[in-house]
Amino acid sequence: MIIKIAKWLLFALFALTITAAFVWAPLKEGLGAFTRVIYFHVPVAWMAVVFFLLGAYYSYRYLQKKDLLYDAYAQVCNEMGILFAILATVTGSIWAKQIWHSYWNWDPRETSIFILLLIYGAYFSLRSALEQEDRRARLSAVYSLLAFVSVPFFVFIVPRIYFSLHPDPVLNTQGKINMEARQRLVFFSSLILQTILFLWVFNIRKTQVKLKMLLRRYEENKTFEEK
Amino acid sequence: MKQTYLILIKDLQQEFKTRYAINAILLFAVVTLSAVSFAIGTYTAGIQVLAALFWVILFFSSMSGLSHIFIREEETQTADTLKLVARPVHIFLGKFIFNLLLLVALEVVLVPLFIAAMNFKITSFAIFAMTLLIGNFGLAGGGTMVAAIISKASAKGALFTVLAFPILLPVLISGISATKKATEETALLSAQNELQALLAYSVIIITASILLFDYVWNE
Repeated sequence: MIIKIAKWLLFALFALTITAAFVWAPLKEGLGAFTRVIYFHVPVAWMAVVFFLLGAYYSYRYLQKKDLLYDAYAQVCNEMGILFAILATVTGSIWAKQIWHSYWNWDPRETSIFILLLIYGAYFSLRSALEQEDRRARLSAVYSLLAFVSVPFFVFIVPRIYFSLHPDPVLNTQGKINMEARQRLVFFSSLILQTILFLWVFNIRKTQVKLKMLLRRYEENKTFEEK
Repeated sequence: MKQTYLILIKDLQQEFKTRYAINAILLFAVVTLSAVSFAIGTYTAGIQVLAALFWVILFFSSMSGLSHIFIREEETQTADTLKLVARPVHIFLGKFIFNLLLLVALEVVLVPLFIAAMNFKITSFAIFAMTLLIGNFGLAGGGTMVAAIISKASAKGALFTVLAFPILLPVLISGISATKKATEETALLSAQNELQALLAYSVIIITASILLFDYVWNE
């Protein structure tokens, strides 16, 4: 019952936030109607980082426990992370076409997201090149952790050191939030609601993967007993 | 220490028997350099382009040879014996030092050729030498670790470059800007930021590799 109410509440709040992003929140000077991308582009990029972090966490758990379930979770996390990274790239690129007049110009931000895509593309090509199951789980967990070492370097350090045109009003170098009150409200509610929604989606995927694993184990045991 | 040294000596002796890695890496460097030199022709490219080209040649040449150290163990099926006689940390360090020496040998050949063929003027040899020294540690550290990962996979050659590139890219980026500094400035301290970034990343990647190597090596 409570879950059902929570679901409807999430739906209503989400609808309200999206509407507010288009009609209620004021536009920023100089950016015009393109201000609105912040309510969708930034949360999506944030979700990509969250899922890569979760992926690294499950990879670490796999190396500790050697349970294939954790490897399956790590794979799901990295899949979702790469999906959100693509969404962030596409939304950012469309915005860049309008503001900077080119879809792609190797701004430090664009470079770093491109490298994130390369890293996790490499992760999945490594997975497909390893056939034995526990070996695949082990080596891809190691690679995912090793690659995750360079993620903070690209996401947080490179765009701060090199000159970038990317507007960074939220997490700027001084750590001040430079937004109008209504913008801030819409932005943070969009961020929080998207985090809740996509973690919920992830939870469903997790259950699905777990059930698949249990079913496989059950069938393996059955054929074993028949013999 | 003793074990690391013994593994290094063993790999060096094995290498001198076949000279596979050193030949591959040096010829690759010479071929790429001549291709680039032909393409640019008699025109002198800008400093930025030359610094980037130098690191691209260095990176792809090292990619052609660094993975051999672990693939050799799989091909001759000596990996299991090695597991019995030495601890993972020593194996990693021995092979890491071997790759480091391989990179030094590559640079001894590549740097004079590059300077001569591309009309590359270096104003501060101190910065350039420091960049190569620290850069070698980063390249060898990441390269050795990825080599260990892919030695068990199929389609090793292509996979090695694909996996190593994102991990080694910070080394490449700061290496390129430090090399650019070496052609513009004279004081060593003017490249402090780049060298610090290079050093920090190399230390991080080597530490992470040593910590994670146990999981790659022990099945």
